[in-house]
Amino acid sequence: MPESAAILEVTGLRKSFGTLEVLRGIDLTVRAQELVFVIGPSGSGKSTLLRCCNRLEEPNEGSIRVDGVELLDPKTDINAMRQRIGMVFQSFNLYPHMTVLANVTLALRKALGKGREEARAIGAAALARVDLADKSSAYPAQLSGGQQQRVAIARAMALEPKIMLFDEPTSALDPELVGSVLSVMRELRHDGMTMVVVSHEMRFARDAADRVVFMDAGQIVEQGPPDRIFGAPQHARTQSFLADFAA
Amino acid sequence: MDSTTVFLDAFFNRAVIDKYLPDILWGMIITVEVALAVVATGIALGLLLAAVRSFRVRPINVLIVLFVDVLRALPPLVLILIIYFGLPSVGIRLSGFAVLWLVLSLVLAAFAEEIFWSGILSIRKGQWEAARSTGLTFLQTLTHVILPQAVRMTVPPLTNRTIAITKNTALGAVIGVPEILMQAQTAQSFSGNATPLLLGALAYIVLFVPVVVLGRWLETRFAWGRA
Repeated sequence: MPESAAILEVTGLRKSFGTLEVLRGIDLTVRAQELVFVIGPSGSGKSTLLRCCNRLEEPNEGSIRVDGVELLDPKTDINAMRQRIGMVFQSFNLYPHMTVLANVTLALRKALGKGREEARAIGAAALARVDLADKSSAYPAQLSGGQQQRVAIARAMALEPKIMLFDEPTSALDPELVGSVLSVMRELRHDGMTMVVVSHEMRFARDAADRVVFMDAGQIVEQGPPDRIFGAPQHARTQSFLADFAA
Repeated sequence: MDSTTVFLDAFFNRAVIDKYLPDILWGMIITVEVALAVVATGIALGLLLAAVRSFRVRPINVLIVLFVDVLRALPPLVLILIIYFGLPSVGIRLSGFAVLWLVLSLVLAAFAEEIFWSGILSIRKGQWEAARSTGLTFLQTLTHVILPQAVRMTVPPLTNRTIAITKNTALGAVIGVPEILMQAQTAQSFSGNATPLLLGALAYIVLFVPVVVLGRWLETRFAWGRA
């Protein structure tokens, strides 16, 4: 099988907060339509890695290419690139003063410059894909956490990004609401979206991920298909992390 | 005359009311004019300064903070007197109305800037990040996501501060602006009776109680459910 094109290529990425080095030389390639899961203990740098991939955090060193464009080049239009990099946050971060539809269409209108009607149509379609077509005129506070996170996914998806980054998308949810978010992510994957997911949903990783990356102390310790990472982890640190998790 | 009659004659003198009520009403119009002008420019300037400050350009922010601190520290009357009586000696002559409007606008702008700024700071970082992650620029994020939320949160403190500062239109009496207090004082000295002053007080109540009530209504109106 020929390898599909690389959508995200991270090389030699380093990031420090003050004297604390959070990312210590990360190399990671994500190919089109891949679902890559990043796991690791808290403080391992996985969220920071994800946030560097759309420059919410400014890396100190290295290279990040998204769809062939170097993100860290000062000449790169970061706002244009971010439209191609969807991001979903742990705390949803919906705009509380706007309706669900307005949340989804804001960037379509202001960043992509689409007209009101066109944005509305795209937004409605995105909401239908996350099964919330009937909530378009509700306000975020009227929705459950799971519904809010699905709106956040629709907001990112509506821009038709090349890749979507998920930063612990289910960590802030009550257990009974996790399923609806995961099933939307599963559908996205089915539709061929390229995704990088930082999460502790190991069951989801096991049956949906193409590849699992284990990070610890700012480095990628090992990576591979979920069967191998969960079934036969090579590295002692991976083994102890997964053992802690099972316990 | 018994004491009740003396009291009524001093504060509720019918003849004085009939004679000077038109002046007081005229003063109300002037007060409303100054107040509206102050609210419009003061709040607009305050919002503009807070927006500029959020770009965090150091030298500019030092100037903004300096402006805000100085205007919050100075009694408005001092500024009014300096500008009204001082500026003519360097060839700038402003009307009493203009001086009152200018000074109160600047003072309101200083307080409003602080209030808006704390509103902006209170918006969670995730709101900025979510908006920026969809490709919105800093300015788009500020105008569409941050300020609408910040402004709503600032309605109660801003209303209180606005009322406090617009009441200072009474300082116009010192520099000959024919607003309520000026009219009342003039009438009081002509009539030798305190009734006009009481009329003036009533005029302030008539003007500002509705504003206080409106402020309370806005407070509940803008308290939307926060997740």
